[in-house]
Amino acid sequence: MTAVPSVQPVQPAGASAFVPGSPPPATLAADIWRGIARENPVLVQFLGMCPTMAVTNTLANGIAMGVATLFVLVGSGLIVSLFRKYIAHEVRITSYILIIATFVTLADMILAATFPAISKALGPFMPLNVANGLLLGRAEAFAAKVGPVRAVADGFGMGMGFTLSLVLLSATRELLGGGSLLNQDILGPRFEPWVFMVMPPGGFLTLGIALLGLAFIIERRRRRTQEAA
Amino acid sequence: MSNLAWIFVSTVLVNNFTLVMFLGLCSFFGVTAKIETAWRLGLANTFVLLLTAVGAWALNTYVLTQTPFLRTIAFIVVIGSGVQITEMAVKKYFPVLFRQLGIYLPLITTNCAILGLALFQTSRHYNLAEALVFAIGAGVGLTLALALMASIRERIEVAEVPVIARRMGLVLVIASCLSMAFMGFAGMGSVP
Repeated sequence: MTAVPSVQPVQPAGASAFVPGSPPPATLAADIWRGIARENPVLVQFLGMCPTMAVTNTLANGIAMGVATLFVLVGSGLIVSLFRKYIAHEVRITSYILIIATFVTLADMILAATFPAISKALGPFMPLNVANGLLLGRAEAFAAKVGPVRAVADGFGMGMGFTLSLVLLSATRELLGGGSLLNQDILGPRFEPWVFMVMPPGGFLTLGIALLGLAFIIERRRRRTQEAA
Repeated sequence: MSNLAWIFVSTVLVNNFTLVMFLGLCSFFGVTAKIETAWRLGLANTFVLLLTAVGAWALNTYVLTQTPFLRTIAFIVVIGSGVQITEMAVKKYFPVLFRQLGIYLPLITTNCAILGLALFQTSRHYNLAEALVFAIGAGVGLTLALALMASIRERIEVAEVPVIARRMGLVLVIASCLSMAFMGFAGMGSVP
């Protein structure tokens, strides 16, 4: 650490003190954007694979799971961040899991009360979200280290990234597997549905092709910058 | 076929936990680079699945009858502490096995397959015998999927693969093919 002068310069009220050696102050927009793009939970980090695959056979299920996860991420991020100084290091994982499980139960009950049909279609996969590595990962890696505002922003960004990935996957699968979106017929009566896409192998294949496409784009961009250099 | 035998066959093949039900995918993609570790992880998982089946059955029968809304929270606490106790017991009495399992033992806590077993066992109203057979079937199915994936990935290591497919994309496409093979068992029927 850099030596701190014994006499602190007087700071104007409200201005944040710049401590040498600390990381540059991150903006809230960066906290949100990181979850959507650079560290996208599904497409980059491969977290929360079980709900991703299991519920993306229809767009409605995908949106419900995405929004529920967003709610849990924001809620648990806020609580973990608020209590970060009171939770002992030894029992932190158990505490985080309990906080997450509480919010997942809340989300499960709210969904069952508002959209009973979707709640029935998701079945045990909604409470299974407790074991979603993304939730525990964000609590441990981010929310436990920063203030409540940044924790909520991060939870919102990660939740948005998760929801967008689920929407991408579930829209593709429902459109090709049933010719419809949100139960509205899109491709017309002459379209023969690819039933394969709404079945389990279709889930693996859709994400696999999305990842291959992403890798192709990244690789092409890398080659272009190499040629330019 | 008797009910118990049918639950076993159905869990291992028709509704394979990993390839058809999408449970335990994190370990399926994360630690299947070598067949040796795949076997060990499958063994550890089967053991914890058995413990969980008994624990979840006891909770459902004796504790949670009046408070079903606490089910998720109660299950995850029991699984977390169960894994912790297993870890301590294995460390004390089977130090060799403990060194072999290494990090995989604590990682099991956040494995969706374990919580999934408890939740599906509840929603299907299994009794203790059925739950135990369900757990063994789930463990065998999980180990089978891990071993299949690991042996294919060991071959890919030495194969010439296009640059864009060197990471997860190809693994997911292979998983899709494996899953498709397991869909062939669907003709045997579904869980009663």
